Amino acid sequence: MTRYNFAYLDEQTKRMIRRAVLKAVAVPGYQVPFGSREMPLSYGWGTGGVQVTASVIGPTDVLKVIDQGADDTTNAVSIRKFFARTTGVATTTSTEAATLIQTRHRIPETPLREGQILVLQVPIPEPLRWLEPREAETRKMHALEEYGVMYVRLYEDITRHGRVAQTYEYPVIVDGRYLMRPSPIPKFDNPKLDRSPALLLFGAGREKRIYAVPPWTRVKSLDFDDHPFEVEHWDRPCDLCGARGAFLDELIVDDKGGRLFICSDTDFCARRRPAGDPPRPM
Amino acid sequence: MTIEHPSATVADRPLLSVRGLGKRYGAQIGCRDVGFDLWPGEVLGVVGESGSGKTTVLDCLSGRVAADGGQVTYTKADGSVVDLRRLDEAARRRLLRTEWGVVHQHAREGLRMNVSAGANVGERLMALGARHYGRVRGRALDWLARVEIGESRIDDLPETFSGGMQQRLQIARNLVTEPRLVLMDEPTGGLDVSVQARLLDLLRGLVEDLGLSAVIVTHDLAVARLLAHRLLVMRGGLVVESGLTDQVLDDPQHPYAQLLVSSVLQP
Repeated sequence: MTRYNFAYLDEQTKRMIRRAVLKAVAVPGYQVPFGSREMPLSYGWGTGGVQVTASVIGPTDVLKVIDQGADDTTNAVSIRKFFARTTGVATTTSTEAATLIQTRHRIPETPLREGQILVLQVPIPEPLRWLEPREAETRKMHALEEYGVMYVRLYEDITRHGRVAQTYEYPVIVDGRYLMRPSPIPKFDNPKLDRSPALLLFGAGREKRIYAVPPWTRVKSLDFDDHPFEVEHWDRPCDLCGARGAFLDELIVDDKGGRLFICSDTDFCARRRPAGDPPRPM
Repeated sequence: MTIEHPSATVADRPLLSVRGLGKRYGAQIGCRDVGFDLWPGEVLGVVGESGSGKTTVLDCLSGRVAADGGQVTYTKADGSVVDLRRLDEAARRRLLRTEWGVVHQHAREGLRMNVSAGANVGERLMALGARHYGRVRGRALDWLARVEIGESRIDDLPETFSGGMQQRLQIARNLVTEPRLVLMDEPTGGLDVSVQARLLDLLRGLVEDLGLSAVIVTHDLAVARLLAHRLLVMRGGLVVESGLTDQVLDDPQHPYAQLLVSSVLQP
């Protein structure tokens, strides 16, 4: 069997994607079109993220893959194994040890540091998509910075629900210029985008777009002066590790209404627990 | 052809000046050699039968359709004069959002049907940088009242409004940023006569209160008589007659204008 090229993609494709990444870094929040390739996984499973990862990964990188905060779900395991096989790089579940992290729907609780790269998988890159169906028009709106309609949506949310009801993919303005959809991370993670020490890369495979938030870039979640942006909070700690102020998942554990609230970030949670600590059901 | 302003005392420069405006749709003539001056506070009516080029003129002015030839100059609030056909798109769209308003014949084209009345009125404010929910809502309430839409309807979808209310909502949505020039295409089209009368009354009041300038396209001479200070009569893409409204309607000179005026049913 002939071997795959390092990181699966051929060198020409990687160069093309790197050029798109460089442009994305140069214009923070701007969606750069790129020639997305067929990947050996289906759309919606992270084809964009995988291509970006494949283009920036090097032999000395240490890779971590997250799916909804967890290192041990199907998608995370498959993508981690894919790169282990096609690159031979070391993999880890530790946020601190990783130099390159591909993630779906979460930013790790453990603060990122300078030199790390976080690659986010994006299903729909266009923040104006549900407000304006025409691609030509949304590009024009970005070019002319016409973002009033996004506020119409926030206005409508507050009018109907008393607050902005959007809880994930919460729109942000990057570096005071481009409106960006931060992929389906919970709005809980939005503050981590702001002045992040790590480079954040966003890849949308089906929509063929790459965008970026360079380190230390200002990222502001949209809000009104009298309805400031707020993140969700829980009035209880994690049932496994006792962490307060982490993003919790609700887990139903039996058919009698028993449930656990546990950290969605498995690496963060596991590190806080003593070895062999059993769960504490309610 | 051009019209001289009857009393050139109000301002020394027209708000809008159109010369030789033309637009072809293939072999078809949309409009040809249209020219007029619109002075601050003045309402110009454009009348004529269907297909006479009225709407084409309006669309060329608003930039919805690109004209083939001619010159359209506009005097901005800061006194600078811009040539609309040479203006880049960013500046043109900004002008449309700030100093201009466009009221469409069908309210659906001018409204966002899937968001509440309040959001519809507030959109232009937010597009211009308003970032205080309470104040946006306050302004929306003000304007709904001015167009006689009850306070209780602010959170309702335009879908649930009657045709007349939708039209009034569209007007509020445009006037909330206090534009200087409003382009209206058949604002009373499709409304029954009593609703028309109320809308006309409202429009006349608003135009007077705000000192608006407006270009109103209509096929309804009664609307023209009520609202317009001056008239252009169009036929086959050409302006065939122009002048003061009462002069054109009571003493039409051009055969077509005579026909148009005499076609109106007298109840």
